Amino acid sequence: MAHALVEMRGIVKTYPGVRALDAVDFTLRTSEIHALVGENGAGKSTLIRILTGAERRDRGTISLDGAMIEPRTPLAAQRLGIATVYQEVNLIPDLSVAENILLGYEPRSRLGWIGWGAMRERARKVIADMALSVDVSRPLRSCSIAVRQLIAVARAVDQRAKVLVLDEPTSSLDAGETAQLFALMRRLRARGLGIIFITHFLEQVYEVSDRVTILRGGRCAGTHATGELPRLALVSAMLGKTVERAAPPAAVKSPGVAGPRRECLRAADVFRRRAMQPFRLSLYTGEVLGLAGLLGSGRTELARLLFGLDRRDGGQIRINGRLIRRHSPRRAIRAGMAFTPEDRRTAGLIAHLSVRDNIVLALLAARGWAKRLGKQERQAIAERFVRSLSIATPDLRRPVAQLSGGNQQKVILARWLLMEPTILLLDEPTRGIDIGAKEQIESLIDELRARGMAIIFISGELEEVVRVSGRIMVLRDRAVVGELAGAAVSTADVMRRIARPAAEDGHA
Amino acid sequence: MARFTRHWPLLATAVVLIALYATAAIAYPGFGSWFQFTRFFSDNATLGLAAIGMTFVILSGGIDLSVGAVIALSSMVLAVLMSRLDLSMWSAAPMVLVLGAAFGAFMGGIIQVFRLPPFLVTLAGMFLARGAALLLSDAKRIDMKDIESVRSLSERHIAGFSLAAMVLVAAVVIAAAVLRFTRFGRTVYAIGSDESAARLMGLPVARARVGAYSISGLCAAAGGVVHLIGMQAGDASAAFLLELDAIAAVVIGGTLLAGGRGSVIGTLLGVLILGLITTIPNYQGDLNTWWIKIVIGLLLLAFVLLQRAAQRWTEC
Amino acid sequence: MPDSMSRLVWPLAALALLLAFNAVVSPSFFHLHFAEGRLASPLIDVLNQGAPVLLLALGMTLVIAAGGIDLSVGAVMAIAGAVAARVLETDASAAAAVAAALAVCLAAGLWNGLLITFAGVPPIVATLILMVAGRGIAQLITDGQIITVEPGSAFLAIGRGALLGLPAPVLIALAAAGALSAAVRLTSLGLFIESVGGNEEASRHAGLDVRSTRLAAYAIMGLLAGLAGLVDAADIAAADANNSGLYLELDAILAVVIGGTALTGGRFSLLGSLAGAILIQSLSTTILMAQFGGRSVPVELNLVIKAAVVLIVCLLQSSELRRLLLRTRRAVA
Repeated sequence: MAHALVEMRGIVKTYPGVRALDAVDFTLRTSEIHALVGENGAGKSTLIRILTGAERRDRGTISLDGAMIEPRTPLAAQRLGIATVYQEVNLIPDLSVAENILLGYEPRSRLGWIGWGAMRERARKVIADMALSVDVSRPLRSCSIAVRQLIAVARAVDQRAKVLVLDEPTSSLDAGETAQLFALMRRLRARGLGIIFITHFLEQVYEVSDRVTILRGGRCAGTHATGELPRLALVSAMLGKTVERAAPPAAVKSPGVAGPRRECLRAADVFRRRAMQPFRLSLYTGEVLGLAGLLGSGRTELARLLFGLDRRDGGQIRINGRLIRRHSPRRAIRAGMAFTPEDRRTAGLIAHLSVRDNIVLALLAARGWAKRLGKQERQAIAERFVRSLSIATPDLRRPVAQLSGGNQQKVILARWLLMEPTILLLDEPTRGIDIGAKEQIESLIDELRARGMAIIFISGELEEVVRVSGRIMVLRDRAVVGELAGAAVSTADVMRRIARPAAEDGHA
Repeated sequence: MARFTRHWPLLATAVVLIALYATAAIAYPGFGSWFQFTRFFSDNATLGLAAIGMTFVILSGGIDLSVGAVIALSSMVLAVLMSRLDLSMWSAAPMVLVLGAAFGAFMGGIIQVFRLPPFLVTLAGMFLARGAALLLSDAKRIDMKDIESVRSLSERHIAGFSLAAMVLVAAVVIAAAVLRFTRFGRTVYAIGSDESAARLMGLPVARARVGAYSISGLCAAAGGVVHLIGMQAGDASAAFLLELDAIAAVVIGGTLLAGGRGSVIGTLLGVLILGLITTIPNYQGDLNTWWIKIVIGLLLLAFVLLQRAAQRWTEC
Repeated sequence: MPDSMSRLVWPLAALALLLAFNAVVSPSFFHLHFAEGRLASPLIDVLNQGAPVLLLALGMTLVIAAGGIDLSVGAVMAIAGAVAARVLETDASAAAAVAAALAVCLAAGLWNGLLITFAGVPPIVATLILMVAGRGIAQLITDGQIITVEPGSAFLAIGRGALLGLPAPVLIALAAAGALSAAVRLTSLGLFIESVGGNEEASRHAGLDVRSTRLAAYAIMGLLAGLAGLVDAADIAAADANNSGLYLELDAILAVVIGGTALTGGRFSLLGSLAGAILIQSLSTTILMAQFGGRSVPVELNLVIKAAVVLIVCLLQSSELRRLLLRTRRAVA
């Protein structure tokens, strides 16, 4: 009979300025696949890091099989029987499959020499036991990501893991590979393991999990038997809205647009394997097109394809009528496009450079190294944007890393606005910034639109997408699944579209 | 197929070596003789030993620039111990080996604990060892011809193989076994391939890194002992820039400079290729010695580009 | 600005300390006098002998800031001397010799850069190839001989001439430093290099041409290595393919690291590298001149002190050490 395997009670974790987990309870039973879902900042990864020893909790208790545990490192957690398989597999690519399953526990002779025959034999048994078929003497490097994940699971199982944490294992797998992983998960469940399955794919929650726990804003927003939880209720719980009390209709947008509307961006059947299903997209001057969907639904992937950051595997992109053949950010920028990335620190800012240099960087890059811009000109440009976007910085020579999140975001916006692009892609421009800065950025977006700019707006916050956008494309599981337009569109409409089962797509 | 792609860098090195050897043996009388064959091992024993140690370090994802200087220092220390303190070879040589291993472990420890770039730390080690070798004695070269044990050791041969050659072959066998059959050896590969994964798998990361540098120091010290016996002298300016040849031999032998992939057997083949190339001008008078460097450079280029191509091939 | 100044404090303080030490131990160090129409003093000698390392360190700063390294510069120096000496043998003008040598070295730098940016070979490996082969190429050009330059040649002015009392190598190194710092400031090149070395991903997002930026750094490095080789060859009035520039790549890298540019790339300081290069050279000169109790200090001590300097500089930059120190302080408190 299923009993509680892991019990986490009243878990609290505070980072400077943020309460990441606020008295969260979580119970995993034996023989169950338990899905853990939540949007950005919901606390999923913090909870998992605490369970697997990567992070210490501030308060609360964890028990495993009824005994209190205190995992201080991932290794200690593994020894207790809690194993984690990450999206980017933590195995050694240059060693063989057999070693990756057994290294650290490998059969050795009395002198301490590794018995390769015995090791391969045992690895083969483990592999066969899990109904996999892999040559165990191959280097792991030659295996696909999917197989590597299965091998990581095999390692965990062979070390008598009782709890298996799968952290977004399916995000780079295709349908066949996902099915193989699910089959393995079900087999392990039958053996009595408790599996925590973190995913962004709604379909998969319903396909494989027995129960689902939803986290939101560092609190538990409910644990349910998956089969008894309607999709819409799940989406509402993740986003923190009920459909009945959904936010009021989108704010009326100022209708005035300079000049006639024309199509400035068109994507036809653009796709990238394992990242984005083929999609079509048309963008017109003077409009804000919102991309709505849960985390991992393909919002960012779509924007990266449009900006030429990732190579597309097929399809056509036209920017301002011009067909873009060999796409790259440089070409996109030259054609009049700009992109503010989701992750400001790794993809947006050059941390050690000054505010001024970060602002003028794209302009200088477009002009080439020889066409210099005088110090005074640079200063003047930077000052103009610091003023117009009200960037709070003591001086322009300060390293941009010292600014607050909202001001950093404005620095990136300034970098692109001074290029006077016709198309602006904004990926989560308001994430992690304070309310005031957020309002400023939202009203700036509307102002730019009114001046005739075409904007693609990505946000995980549905109200914001609905409030800011005139038209909304809805994404789910790496595909565009619908489009909503008109002033009457509400968050509830978007949620319904996200929650609609895949089988019903196509007859919109 | 999988087996072939896994071993092809080693195969490529072997093919180049055999082709070179066969061509030279046909072109030059005496090149294919047993005498010359054994000479390849004797003449390159010091380089070979250093390259074996370097293989450990490079497999672990590091680099060791100090090996040439450690060879010189060991030969000087051994010479001083034997000629000034009248110690026998059998008591002095182990002391030198321990010293070399300790020197390597010291550098490895600094790299591991302070997370400093191996390039700079071993560069400092190179300056330190070379400086110490030069400061050790006012004579920069200590002649050992008069010491009986050195002379007799240098004259000992079995089936044409000198003591140096036998030490080299033994070291290759032992090193290959350690890399293949011990957890330490597999951990050396693991940290060069993905250190954080190795740590998560519970492998002894720190011990493996310090151990790799320590083995490099030990091998270089052994190279110093072999050098002293071969030259019948301790020499503070011996093995100047030998680390470059050692690195080249390791890369030509199919070991990835980024770490994680390679073998000691490959390194031995790489050393023999370098030995062949340096010997050919002895047989062909009009071939100038600078061609040696150019050919080694070209070989390096070819192997590095091949490795790149293979990486793209297997990882797409 | 205060930030960039603080990074300069260490190398400048060390340099000042060393010079002060010299002033005490050997007062003649700062003694300036005219000899053979130019200023002579151990201090000037430091700059004069240090000119090749100085030139290399300038280029190496850009290469390291862009996230790379160049081990081949010593070999490229040898190639420069060899080419110049060969061209001079044909009775061509000194200018032609200089131009030919610099062109070849520019090509060498571009070769390194192309191997790194387009073939994707890691910088250490890519430049190791030219480090090994380059010296062979130089020997090939000189036929393995030391080619002497005729005593009357105008080419020798590069190494032995003087202007306003200052030796030519010093002037060339200072001019190169001035020109390079003007170039990185007046064009966008310096900013691009700092961006690419600091955050390649964000640079790509901003539309920077990452490959050409890296390539430019290696091209400049090639030119400066060529210039260093010319100075060296003119100084000894010969092309010595075996010894020209030997070990200097290591000194140049050291000078850059001492000067406060991190090996991981990003921010750089040409002035810091300059101070680093002078520091390394004055170390050798100091040891040459220093005497303790009437006994001279062995020259080889230089190597040991250099080792200590490298380790101290590394440890000062190590965040791990800072963490450990903090932890012990907390444990004590």
